[in-house]
Amino acid sequence: MISGFVFRALEGKIVVAIAILLVIAILVPALNLLTPPDSALHIPTYAVSLFGKYLCYALLALALDLVWGYCGILSLGHGAFFALGGYAMGMYLMRQIGSRGVYGNPVLPDFMVFLNWKELPWFWHGFDWFVFAMAMVLVVPGLLAFIFGWFAFRSRVNGVYLSIITQAMTYALLLAFFRNDMGFGGNNGLTDFKDILGFPVQADGTRAVLFAMSAIMLAFCLLIASAIVRSKFGKVLVGVRDAESRVRFLGFRVENIKLFTFVVSAMMAGIAGALFVPQVGIINPGEFAPANSIEVVVWTAVGGRGTLIGPIIGAVLVNAGKSFFTGAFPEIWLYALGGLFIAVTLFLPKGIVGTVQHGLKARKAMKAAVEAEKGRDEAAPVAQAQAAE
Amino acid sequence: MGPRSDPLPALNEVGERELRRRRQSFFRSQGFRRGGTFRPADRGEIMTLKSLLQAFLACLILSFAAPSFAQSDPKPLIDALAKADFNEAEKLLGQIAASGDARVVPALNAFAEGDLYFRKSDNLVFIAKTAGSGFELIDPLTGASAGQAAKNAVTKIKVNNNLRRVIRSAMGGLTLLSADRAVRLQAADAVLRSPSPENLDLVEAALAKETDKEVKARMEEARAVSVLSSDRSIDEKRGAIETIKNLGGRNSLGILNSVSGSIDAGLKGDLDAAIAAIESEQQLWDMAQNVWYGLSLGSVLLLAAIGLAITFGVMGIINMAHGEMVMLGAYSTFVVQDVIRDNAPNLFDWSLAIALPVAFLVTGAVGLVIERGVIRFLYGRPLETLLATWGVSLILQQTIRSIFGPTNQEVGNPSWMSGSFPVGGMTITWNRMWIILFSMSIFVALLVLLKKSAFGLNMRAVTQNRRMASSMGIKTPWVDAFTFALGSGIAGIAGVALSQIDNVSPNLGQSYIIDSFMVVVFGGVGNLWGTLVGALSLGVLNKFLEPSVGAVLGKILVLVLIILFIQKRPRGLFALKGRAVEA
Repeated sequence: MISGFVFRALEGKIVVAIAILLVIAILVPALNLLTPPDSALHIPTYAVSLFGKYLCYALLALALDLVWGYCGILSLGHGAFFALGGYAMGMYLMRQIGSRGVYGNPVLPDFMVFLNWKELPWFWHGFDWFVFAMAMVLVVPGLLAFIFGWFAFRSRVNGVYLSIITQAMTYALLLAFFRNDMGFGGNNGLTDFKDILGFPVQADGTRAVLFAMSAIMLAFCLLIASAIVRSKFGKVLVGVRDAESRVRFLGFRVENIKLFTFVVSAMMAGIAGALFVPQVGIINPGEFAPANSIEVVVWTAVGGRGTLIGPIIGAVLVNAGKSFFTGAFPEIWLYALGGLFIAVTLFLPKGIVGTVQHGLKARKAMKAAVEAEKGRDEAAPVAQAQAAE
Repeated sequence: MGPRSDPLPALNEVGERELRRRRQSFFRSQGFRRGGTFRPADRGEIMTLKSLLQAFLACLILSFAAPSFAQSDPKPLIDALAKADFNEAEKLLGQIAASGDARVVPALNAFAEGDLYFRKSDNLVFIAKTAGSGFELIDPLTGASAGQAAKNAVTKIKVNNNLRRVIRSAMGGLTLLSADRAVRLQAADAVLRSPSPENLDLVEAALAKETDKEVKARMEEARAVSVLSSDRSIDEKRGAIETIKNLGGRNSLGILNSVSGSIDAGLKGDLDAAIAAIESEQQLWDMAQNVWYGLSLGSVLLLAAIGLAITFGVMGIINMAHGEMVMLGAYSTFVVQDVIRDNAPNLFDWSLAIALPVAFLVTGAVGLVIERGVIRFLYGRPLETLLATWGVSLILQQTIRSIFGPTNQEVGNPSWMSGSFPVGGMTITWNRMWIILFSMSIFVALLVLLKKSAFGLNMRAVTQNRRMASSMGIKTPWVDAFTFALGSGIAGIAGVALSQIDNVSPNLGQSYIIDSFMVVVFGGVGNLWGTLVGALSLGVLNKFLEPSVGAVLGKILVLVLIILFIQKRPRGLFALKGRAVEA
């Protein structure tokens, strides 16, 4: 049954996308590590980290697309799940610093020593253990999504209202994490990481492996998302998006369907955050900013919501654009981003991938029609069947 | 209550901080520099010097033994400061104060600020002002210039915190006898704030001569607080306690608490009763103050949200650029004030009145352009309007940043917005007062516009049944456009008001957008009354949570409460009823 679930996921385009991601996962680190620095094929380490960051964003966009594109829940708080996953990873990395911090305390991270704390708060226990930390990367965002979704979907908060309260959620978390008393480093967040699983975070090899992990996790999540979307459950999911009341009247428990998707999506966002933190070397409350979450929505919208490849392309394209613009013309970036928001909603409501798909379909239909014109008698039934697709 | 050793035993932290603040503001008003403020750390020092103060007191009493104030010439006394050590200086100060000559005030001021110097050649004391590489010497009594002196020709007369305190007492006494009513009032206030028994005789002398009713009442209170720490009879002290109790306020509470350790046993009951009475009164006033702060915050929220109540509430457009409209309004105020400053400075008090229509027109026009250019293509797709308007907001922010720069702009307060006035035990600042009145009048105006005008009728018709309204000949696209422009214009007007209390920067709008949405969603979409109740109740709730859990946690709690509230009532406090609501 599970193999069937997975096999159904492996529709043509998804297979290609996963294959490309896996090739990237091997090729980029290899080009970074194995070629000499002056070679034309060499990829510098900073670029590896940068692309690794894009892949994390792509995973976040994919997570958002699962709830927005397929379930119609526009979450303006996905940045919160991303940041929570990042904080879980950050806590692990903080504990790995050990006595190498500025204050040299073997147990307490620097900021706690600075705040004159005497012992580790209870919620920091266990984070020195990698497996536990990785479990928390999934559990914390998942739990928050579960609690939040449990209440919200049960009382049928939807549409705009849901968007606004998800925004309020991430805003509340932003304010909370800014507080020093929370025990997460306050304003400065968690940084100065030394090593991960015994390997130095800054080393080229570690960065290459982190990149590969990002690509592999993205491929894996793409597979999961594709499996969900293409299963029977996925059909119902799209039903919820398009006509929620009807699906409810047909006897489905809409709130459970939404809740499941929301939790899965939050976990994916958490994974993205956890992979993001060691590659950029810092996690601070700024990641909770509502503006960040809205930006994720744009990546998804640009790439094409309701397609699984779209958000990945969108996230990479927009962020590459951002890197380019903020470097070359910092003044223009906000104009460009703002213009992109407007242009995409007005002219490309389906996004890049959606529009291309639409165009391909239209061309196919046109070709079929032309065929039908040519040989009306013998080809007509076939062409009609094709056109009907 | 604490033992005698602690001069201010049972002061709670707030009380102490408040006292410190008042002390400091008094110092500043007297021209003292910040370094010379009276910090709690100085308390110990003052205690050890209590005996010295008593010497000073003796001098004072001696000098007041004579019924009239001897107008002895203080000049030799001031000159004697040149060679005096701290102890001698203190005695000299007592004698200077005893002269009762108001001309010594500038010299005392200069002494406290460390501007008093003596000339090495003849040991004469002068007030020195830096002039070029040397000093300009000023005669301490007449204020006439006494020529220049090189830096090394004069020596500074040293001063310490204890001397500053003595100077302050002396000046308080001297100014109590000033011919200027305002100065006397200020001096009485100063004694009231920091009572000391050594001032008592002076206060009583001044009281006997005082004719002005208000000043007399103030001095009466000042006398009462001084009596408490003196060695007067029990009956006199009982009367004083009564006077202080009637005075009320945190300061009185502090005074009563500070003497409760040293008071005669017979007065303990009176004292405790007075303290309890003031405390309960104080609690009531604190509550009232909290409500006031809450209303003030609520009216700010109302201002920010009321435009949104129209665009989001009535039209169903999620306008993420709403905050930027507020920001544009604030910047319009800045530009208007700039123009007025350059061209007609005498109109400055009218700048806000001029800025209001300007801001309304500017933001209304921007709103119209946004509606015609972007939003009209997106009706029926609320989530996409959200994205497009967010894009608009980014562009507006960046535009303002490019034109005016990313830093805060200085927007001035007209004179009628500055200052404050006391109501019982609380202080009301004029700008908050005006903002509350302003937001209420905007609310009423908007309500009248919606309910009574032809445009309001059209607007409501289109909201309720677009096709029917269209059939009746209403140009629905233009109603949409002008409704959006109206909502934006109101946001602009809100920006004018908010420019008075917030930093005017390109990010101004960002800080209001989430709060505004919360207010509208909490109050109930499509209902102006809901917005009013939502804004005020969120404001008051916030301010009541603040003292107990802190500002940030209070805000978080409010957000969580709203999220929970939405679960219970997904359509807000005052939901529109009917079938049309469910999409």
